[in-house]
Amino acid sequence: MCLAAAMRGSGWADRCPATGLHKSWANGHAAGAGATETLPAASWLCSIRGQGSAGEAVAQFNEMFQGPGVETEVRIPYARLKDWVATMPQELRSLKQAEAEALFRRIGITFAVYGEGGDPDRLIPFDMFPRVFSGSEWARLERGIKQRARALNAFLVDVYGRGEIIRAGRIPARLVYQNEAYEKSVAGFVPPKGVYSHIVGVDIVRTGPEEFYVLEDNCRTPSGVSYMLESREIMMRMFPDLFRENRIEPVDNYSEKLRRTLASVAPAKCKGEPTVVILTPGHFNSAYYEHSLLADLMGVELVEGQDLFVDGEYVWMRTTEGPRRVDVIYRRIDDAFLDPLCFRPDSMLGIPGLMDVYRSGGVSICSAPGAGVADDKAVYTYVPDMVRFYLGEEPILQNVPTWQCGKPDDLAHVLANLPDLVVKEVHGSGGYGMLVGPKAGRDEIDRFRAKLTEDPGNYIAQPTLALSTVPTFVEEGVAPRHVDLRPYCLVGERIELVPGGLTRVALTEGSLVVNSSQGGGVKDTWVLAE
Amino acid sequence: MRLTVDHLTRYSYDTPVRSVVQSHRLAPSVFTGQKTLDWEVTVSGGTAGARHRDGAGDTVQGWTIAGPVTEVLVRVRGTVDTEDLSGVLRGHRETVAPDCYLRETAPTRTDAALADLANAATGADPLSLAHALSAAVADAIAYRPGVTHAHTTAAEALALGEGVCQDHAHALIACARARAIPARYVSGYLFATEDGTPHEAAHAWAELHVPGLGWVGFDPANRSCPDARYIRLGSGFDAQDAAPIRGIARGGAREAMDVTVAVQQSAQ
Repeated sequence: MCLAAAMRGSGWADRCPATGLHKSWANGHAAGAGATETLPAASWLCSIRGQGSAGEAVAQFNEMFQGPGVETEVRIPYARLKDWVATMPQELRSLKQAEAEALFRRIGITFAVYGEGGDPDRLIPFDMFPRVFSGSEWARLERGIKQRARALNAFLVDVYGRGEIIRAGRIPARLVYQNEAYEKSVAGFVPPKGVYSHIVGVDIVRTGPEEFYVLEDNCRTPSGVSYMLESREIMMRMFPDLFRENRIEPVDNYSEKLRRTLASVAPAKCKGEPTVVILTPGHFNSAYYEHSLLADLMGVELVEGQDLFVDGEYVWMRTTEGPRRVDVIYRRIDDAFLDPLCFRPDSMLGIPGLMDVYRSGGVSICSAPGAGVADDKAVYTYVPDMVRFYLGEEPILQNVPTWQCGKPDDLAHVLANLPDLVVKEVHGSGGYGMLVGPKAGRDEIDRFRAKLTEDPGNYIAQPTLALSTVPTFVEEGVAPRHVDLRPYCLVGERIELVPGGLTRVALTEGSLVVNSSQGGGVKDTWVLAE
Repeated sequence: MRLTVDHLTRYSYDTPVRSVVQSHRLAPSVFTGQKTLDWEVTVSGGTAGARHRDGAGDTVQGWTIAGPVTEVLVRVRGTVDTEDLSGVLRGHRETVAPDCYLRETAPTRTDAALADLANAATGADPLSLAHALSAAVADAIAYRPGVTHAHTTAAEALALGEGVCQDHAHALIACARARAIPARYVSGYLFATEDGTPHEAAHAWAELHVPGLGWVGFDPANRSCPDARYIRLGSGFDAQDAAPIRGIARGGAREAMDVTVAVQQSAQ
């Protein structure tokens, strides 16, 4: 009787079209089931102080200029852009802006903004003023990002193996083993080449010429790379002269590098050229454009769960010429929906039996199930320790300093400095349950003081940072606007970083919120050849 | 003790289904207390997938059954030599960290009543506390088939005061976690010596992690620790996670399931 109860199978009805899978640009999380594709989180950005937010002057680094103020010397990477802007007639600018919008609309990059009202197929504003890094600036960023991607993967292999970093007392067991994102079902399994996170999106902000901070790591399915590719394409089409005058590193080889990365982690059982596919939740997902673009560029099939099936020891794809074996799945759906036999039994997006094939080495899944435990908000604090522990190196990129209120010393500091700090719930998201000290009134601060005293372990605190700006086209001409950066680091047999990334810009003056409903846009990101 | 198992599960569908995929945890665990002499799992019309041993030490085997089919038969037959280790899972190779099993799931959620039950238990050392928790669960939930169902939670079973082995195991897991003891659900077979009633043969119990000893089994339903009458198959957070057969049929038919299990003692 008892075993019978435990063995009850569940009938799997035919797929029904899911709805409401639009992603919220606001908090970077999928609002529907299936895919939590992360975009740079606005909740982080609004925690960072900018111009006038506290009614006080904060020195902000404008990436185009040497010093504070507007009319000082132009920094070398931006030298040629100064003339470009100065000599661009207003009519030409309007014309080009309209052209850019038309191009974006034609290629179909629109972003469904969930819960924000308005046109669901609204364009993300594109700002033509590029963001520029010198070769040497980028070289340092590249080293820092690759270092982080290596440490994160080493951490994942470790925590699904012997857990040395926990045994060594460098990270609390609870944070890892009781983490929702820790997948018990893959413990003891080492994916091909020891890689769990094949595309690491590291969100970075800048506060000075040499000061970069990592806001968060995205080890699962970071999205937005299509904006990097399309922004470049459009800029090259509209301003070919700029690309003759400046030696700009190309980003259009990203898809080839991605394909090579994915192929390099094919399972040992795969002989010959691996068959790679992209698994999408479907066309109702707001990142579907990106899924289909990457499939096109790589020359691989874009599939949904129903197009794949398990038979015997392998996963197969239905094709017009009959079943074809699949070796590598670049999935853009969440762990919970991958396989109803292993994870959520009610999921209709995944492939029943997939995890058994995966665990026995019949197919590779990118990112590997369970990778999410490395980009958890509480685990983030420990990434610098991971770098030291696994690589024996000092971290090149810094975390935003974070006080763990559960630690008595940290709590004392936080309570003494509440008006200057941002306080967040450890597991909160989307800006709920958050205190922005410089913007808060006395009542709110007192309320948080009480909360912190009652349950300190539930909170972390961070300083407010003066986010850098980049010149941006606005109604009145050109003005500084706050930006962040998401580069895409590829990890397979080799570790590679295309010189560039997604730069998001807060188009509203003084705003730090890169939220599309509040005027968030994208820019082309240049890395100059040395 | 030498035990033979004959376990037949019959899935039937009111209309033909296109395909069935199953994942089995149907092989006896590999540890000092069990030695498998022979063991065979057959699936009507099924193709065996690759087999792997997961991080919890369970042997997992995938199966695919091509349709159209209206019936799938899963038959398990085998012989195992067992030894009484007083519930201690000695010599079991696994990777999953015990702390993983401090995680709460829906059926093992600790409500106030379960927490009270757990906090009332006392023990001079962790092992005594584990025994006390198991006894408390046995006292609080009387064995009575038919009052609970597959999705009954530990809290609901305690409120009812009645349930079956699945409910006992869930309740013990919830209580153990309330006392910061990692605990997990175990499914297997039981040779019921007294009358050999077949419904008792498919069984479930809990394992608690005791420092120095490792995982130790507790069976509140029978007020005992697993001994030579028990065959261990696999473990998980709860009944669903530890299910010996998980399956999905494609095609939207209504599924009915019929299970018979016989565990016999045979001559050594």
